[in-house]
Amino acid sequence: MTTVETATGPAKTMVLNMGPQHPSTHGVLRILLELDGETVLKAVPDLGYLHTGIEKSCEDKTYSQAITLTDRMDYLNPLGNNLVYCLAVEKLLGLQVPKRAQYFRVLMVELQRISSHLVWLGTHAIDMGAMSVFLYCFREREEILKIFEFVAGQRMMTSYIRIGGLALEPPTGWVERVEKFLKMMPSRIDEYEQLLTGNRIWLGRLKGVGVITPEDAVAYSMTGPTLRAAGIAYDNRKVFPYSSYEDFEFDVPTRTESDCFARYIVRVAEMRESLKIIRQVIDKIPAEGPIRTEAPGIVPPAREKMKTEMEALIYHFKIFTEGFAPPPGEAFVTVESPRGELGCFIASDGSPKPLRCHFRSPSFINLQALQKLVEGQLISDVIACIGTIDIVLGDVDR
Amino acid sequence: MTESDSQNTNVVVAGLRSWSANAIEEVIEFRGETTVVVARKNLRSIAERCRDDHGLQFNLLTDATCLDRFPMEPRYELQYHLVSIPLRQKVRIRVRLFGNDPVVDSMVPVWPGANWLEREIFDLFGIQFTGHPDLRRILLPDDWEGYPLRKDFPVEGYRDIPAIATRYTRSRP
Repeated sequence: MTTVETATGPAKTMVLNMGPQHPSTHGVLRILLELDGETVLKAVPDLGYLHTGIEKSCEDKTYSQAITLTDRMDYLNPLGNNLVYCLAVEKLLGLQVPKRAQYFRVLMVELQRISSHLVWLGTHAIDMGAMSVFLYCFREREEILKIFEFVAGQRMMTSYIRIGGLALEPPTGWVERVEKFLKMMPSRIDEYEQLLTGNRIWLGRLKGVGVITPEDAVAYSMTGPTLRAAGIAYDNRKVFPYSSYEDFEFDVPTRTESDCFARYIVRVAEMRESLKIIRQVIDKIPAEGPIRTEAPGIVPPAREKMKTEMEALIYHFKIFTEGFAPPPGEAFVTVESPRGELGCFIASDGSPKPLRCHFRSPSFINLQALQKLVEGQLISDVIACIGTIDIVLGDVDR
Repeated sequence: MTESDSQNTNVVVAGLRSWSANAIEEVIEFRGETTVVVARKNLRSIAERCRDDHGLQFNLLTDATCLDRFPMEPRYELQYHLVSIPLRQKVRIRVRLFGNDPVVDSMVPVWPGANWLEREIFDLFGIQFTGHPDLRRILLPDDWEGYPLRKDFPVEGYRDIPAIATRYTRSRP
């Protein structure tokens, strides 16, 4: 407690405990707010309620076993987590992935980005008091989850991206399903914008709230839409392309206001860019070709081969019992997740289990700038700030 | 390794070498990634150089982490992953630490974003960062004993599970 000067003399500040069970903290986040009246003097986040030690668990699993753990970190972006992990292992091994698999990975990850932004938009609108947007967003998200179920057999924790390619051949008819979604989605995004972009309450709650300078945003290692809303066009898909992103044309939306409203505009624009990328994937993807690279002893052989060839059967058995051992060394790969730069650092000591597997989670690092965003703002603005940083607590605590 | 990667390497390594000839202990190239190994005493000054030098401009500290090579010594390897947004470059700075003296200068004065990253390393590996403004546990409870990501910490933890299991079975006929 500190003493502050008021018009009627010195007064004490109050410490308010927000969370961990608070609906607008999007999970189990606890924030200690030091308040002078309704003004926030200091905000100290307290984390770890969802810490499950995934990094330690990865060290006790073979490289292919750990994929299912990565789904469970950022549960709104499971495919992105699969992708960054697989890219890191592939880099460690020096594997090349076939174009068809790379393109299909892009398609899945971009669908995932839209679904993640939809959850963000819906929940953030609820926090701001607009209930109906949530229902509309989840209606469209359901369509994406249905496509995932159709392709991978799972709605959420798909583990569809595997080391060396994909888990399954995309099913017949996936193009029509995705086309149908592409046709529907642009008008639906217009619908959200009609409801929100000019809405006076929405503007009043978000404009000029939670401003951070571009210099501070970089110094605090912020990435993703939060950084782009501050005017810095840093997007891993453009700057350090991976998985053939250089083959697709898209813009990196930026704003300069750097407030909560700018972050909203950037995310909505990103959804439209993702639709553009998905369109190009459908046009460019090779109709035929392998979805997994040929790497005996690392990538499981095709089912047919395994049933007919002795050698393939042995490899299959060895991959799933003892795993494979990449050469000693380290690899660090970053991808653009819906929340920012998602990184995976893997160190190998030449054994079938990783020596160290670390995830650079964007939510965790963006959250530490919360203190900067909410200083001097009102309590109700804290909720807007947490919302527009777009944290997922599974990603923060891992 | 592609040509552009090797050029990047030369820029970073040459930039640091031109500033101080013995600043770099070792340069490791693996799969197109450059790792610059530096001595503990030089870490802070090299970090400042990386951020401020016009030819380097590593303004974003994207990640910091540690790995434990127990029982080898020096067992800890701190990794700082730097990105230069204007020049589109990446580099990894590595510092090796001995198990009996896991103390290193904090990077918070150079990149404020190092704050939570270093708290996480302190929490899970027990590395001490001198000059860190708020070195507390971050993910684990304050009263947690031990540093779980060290290799000599068992994956199952230290909790006495067999005793609980016997109590559970005894209560059933």
